[in-house]
Amino acid sequence: MEGYIHSTESFGTVDGPGIRFVVFFQGCPMRCQYCHNPDTWKVGIGEKRTVESLLDEYEGLKEFLKSGGITATGGEPLMQMEFVTELFREAKNRGIHTCLDSSGIMFREEKRAEYDELMKYTDLVMLDIKHIDDEEHRKLTGHSNKNILAFADYLRDIGKEIWIRHVVVPGITLNEEYLRRLGYFIGGLDNLKALDILPYHTMGIVKYEQLNMKYPLEGIEPATKEQAVWAKNIVFEGLKERLRDENKKNKD
Amino acid sequence: MAKVMPSEWEGFNGGAWTSNIDVRDFIQKNYTPYEGDESFLVGPTEATTKLWDQVMDLFRQERENGGVIDMDTKIVSTVDSHEAGYLNKELETIVGFQTDKPLKRSLQPFGGIRMAEGACKSYGYEVDPEISFIFNKYRKTHNAGVFDVYTPEMMSARHNAIITGLPDAYGRGRIIGDYRRVALYGVDRLIEDKLYQKSTVCGTMTDDKIRLREELAEQIKALKALKTMASKYGYDISKPATNAQEAIQWTYFAYLGAVKDQNGAAMSLGRTSTFLDIYIQRDMDKGILTEEQAQEYIDHFIMKLRMVKFARTPEYNALFSGDPQWVTESIGGIGIDGRTLVTKNSFRYLHTLENLGTAPEPNLTVLWSKKLPEAFKRYCAKLSINTSSFQYENDDLMRVTHGDDYAIACCVSSMRVGKEMQFFGARANLAKCLLYAINGGVDERIDAKSGKHNQVGPKYRPVTGDYLEFDDVMDKYIDMMEWLAKLYVDTLNCIHYMHDKYCYEALQMALHDRDVKRYFATGIAGLSVVADSLSAIKYAKVKCIRDEFGVVTDFEIEGDFPKYGNNDDRVDEIAVDILNKFMDMVRSNHCYRNGVPTTSILTITSNVVYGKKTGNTPDGRKMGQPLAPGANPMHGRDTHGAAASMASVAKLPWSNAQDGISNTFTVIPDALGKDSGVFAGDIDIESIREAMKD
Repeated sequence: MEGYIHSTESFGTVDGPGIRFVVFFQGCPMRCQYCHNPDTWKVGIGEKRTVESLLDEYEGLKEFLKSGGITATGGEPLMQMEFVTELFREAKNRGIHTCLDSSGIMFREEKRAEYDELMKYTDLVMLDIKHIDDEEHRKLTGHSNKNILAFADYLRDIGKEIWIRHVVVPGITLNEEYLRRLGYFIGGLDNLKALDILPYHTMGIVKYEQLNMKYPLEGIEPATKEQAVWAKNIVFEGLKERLRDENKKNKD
Repeated sequence: MAKVMPSEWEGFNGGAWTSNIDVRDFIQKNYTPYEGDESFLVGPTEATTKLWDQVMDLFRQERENGGVIDMDTKIVSTVDSHEAGYLNKELETIVGFQTDKPLKRSLQPFGGIRMAEGACKSYGYEVDPEISFIFNKYRKTHNAGVFDVYTPEMMSARHNAIITGLPDAYGRGRIIGDYRRVALYGVDRLIEDKLYQKSTVCGTMTDDKIRLREELAEQIKALKALKTMASKYGYDISKPATNAQEAIQWTYFAYLGAVKDQNGAAMSLGRTSTFLDIYIQRDMDKGILTEEQAQEYIDHFIMKLRMVKFARTPEYNALFSGDPQWVTESIGGIGIDGRTLVTKNSFRYLHTLENLGTAPEPNLTVLWSKKLPEAFKRYCAKLSINTSSFQYENDDLMRVTHGDDYAIACCVSSMRVGKEMQFFGARANLAKCLLYAINGGVDERIDAKSGKHNQVGPKYRPVTGDYLEFDDVMDKYIDMMEWLAKLYVDTLNCIHYMHDKYCYEALQMALHDRDVKRYFATGIAGLSVVADSLSAIKYAKVKCIRDEFGVVTDFEIEGDFPKYGNNDDRVDEIAVDILNKFMDMVRSNHCYRNGVPTTSILTITSNVVYGKKTGNTPDGRKMGQPLAPGANPMHGRDTHGAAASMASVAKLPWSNAQDGISNTFTVIPDALGKDSGVFAGDIDIESIREAMKD
């Protein structure tokens, strides 16, 4: 079986635990305004790679990757459901730690069986929640966030370890109310293992220029580290609020 | 009856080291491995801070003065040539400068009087006419000797930069005296040993024996001079050091003698931290030394090493991107018995980067092993992130060949301390050699003087077609490499013969055993350009563009090709193959003094200058662009991340590049992982919930 792969990175240090072999899948339905990989959007292009060739590439580097594993990202890996499942199944056969980095946009309740199968071979999911407010999510990405939040609930129900990632963009997500709501939502995820707040950066602009595309967030300044730290604390406050409410409910 | 140890050795465990000169045995019998963390370290003392402020002020004056503060133009530098010099006599716990004043550059004409004159002239000084006269008329130098014997072919290869960086006008360096011996044994014992060695060189007086007897005589004189030098600072170093301060001082005097005697391209220190830790530990056990004092001694010692300077010409500085001394000190590693060689003093050495601030010298080099104590690894990582000021070498790899008392000379050249030395060997430009193969030995650049291309290599058949054919080019390349390897080794033979004759490293060799193993080092530049070029020829189509003389001076590449640095065997194996072939060619030649040939891939700075002198290459690199440093992939061509890039480099067999393979790796700390400010790992919702119930 072959998948459409944008590229691979042999020394991924920010896409899951340890040093990781990162596979960038080609194709994504989301059109996030701050996306720094617009070159991975288009479907049906990229390099055709077999599971074996990807894992062989991994094997050639495994001395460096022993503490890490393999991360499927993109693009949206779940657009190539069969291929990513096959990749992770074979990776687990070889004892490699697997991590899925996804927006969750492809999730549908009726496809649960397919997801169950993939999750059998997935050690960790990094779920990127773009915006907690559905209306704002549509503006930011062109899609509703319903399926995404449903995916988070699904992962909680099956007890799959997750990391939540969230990009803070000044004027869009760097907003106390939204951050608190986000925290309140993820407070309900007892499968949560880490929270990663990513300050928005403008390093993607070059790619838009190369692709002759207009950069949607022109004029918006990158978020500072201080802002990201502030945002993290707000999210945690929201998370604790949820737990406090639940504790109260249980007592009543 | 038990042997009575001299009083200076009281408290040490005995062993073979007491009857033979054997520093390693002393270390093994006496050192205390340290597995803990850095929490015992202390900051600088007031004296240290005050001294370092003075040094910084001198460095500033030096910069403002155009590079030097003062130069000696009259006194020829030898081990005991100068009167004592101080920075601040009251505060210095470790003393000694190359001349009578800090940072005053010494006059070292034995490598070449022209270089010494040029260095002075470039800073507005003039060598005393009498000295110039003597060294031009009566006292031949290394440089004069070499140019007396160079063949026209050698001159041409040098002029056209297919062989570059030859140590024919300056000191070759890359020899590490076992400076620790002076502290452990005292100079008298070493002289006695050398006298005995000399008495063992007898019988029929062959050339070799005559030379060895003369060298041993020179070594003995150098040791005596070292005592004289120390006595000018009020120290009698004829007997062993009695405490930590003396051990550091004695060791430094020995090193200082070496840099007064030689202006070598790399004047490395060796592996002293664990050795000195034994003295520090002994004094602490006796209750006569505190951590503050110990760190102060080390800070002052390192301060002195930072102030080692040589008089060099601007051209020399351009080649090496600055004014490096390569005062390399090797730290850490694992012993062959499995114990770590990390001691508290290994931490103290690295800690100088925090106490004194960062500096390129001394070139602190951590001998890295997977088995190093975790706390030490973490401290190294932390300091690397904070200071970017030291380098790592693979101890697991080198220990197999060198045991556990080797050190690094320059940046990567490994040798057993006091038992092995090397003849430094510059570089052959393999990228240019490929162009010679294509053009039948004709240099691709037009000579400014003649207005034509020079015929430098042999007139082999050039490539005649429009497109380069892999088999044809490879065939021609092998022939051209054979020529280059022979010429290169012969050139080095001339150089080292003359260096031994006119600029012998008497003091450094006095701190070696009688019979040393001599590595005959060579080096190669442009390996990644060659690998990518041959890959382009093999996997894409490369068209030749010829100039009006019919010489191929440019290339057009049609299609894509695998590039070195992506863990792609198709091209990585080309790099390995070229290295193996060239090394075997070097080996097939006669090497001076039965030197054991090695090669290195380590052009860390000079790759820029070599690139300037190398024309367009078939990989698409343009004339004048730098070659990649060392064994690095060409800039920007490694597109699969750092691990793939390093995996390509790691395929190069060290056994065929034993003098070292370097890979320069730069990364912003943020790219190495998440900042704890924005990343919260190890979240456990249940425990947060529980905590909130209260």
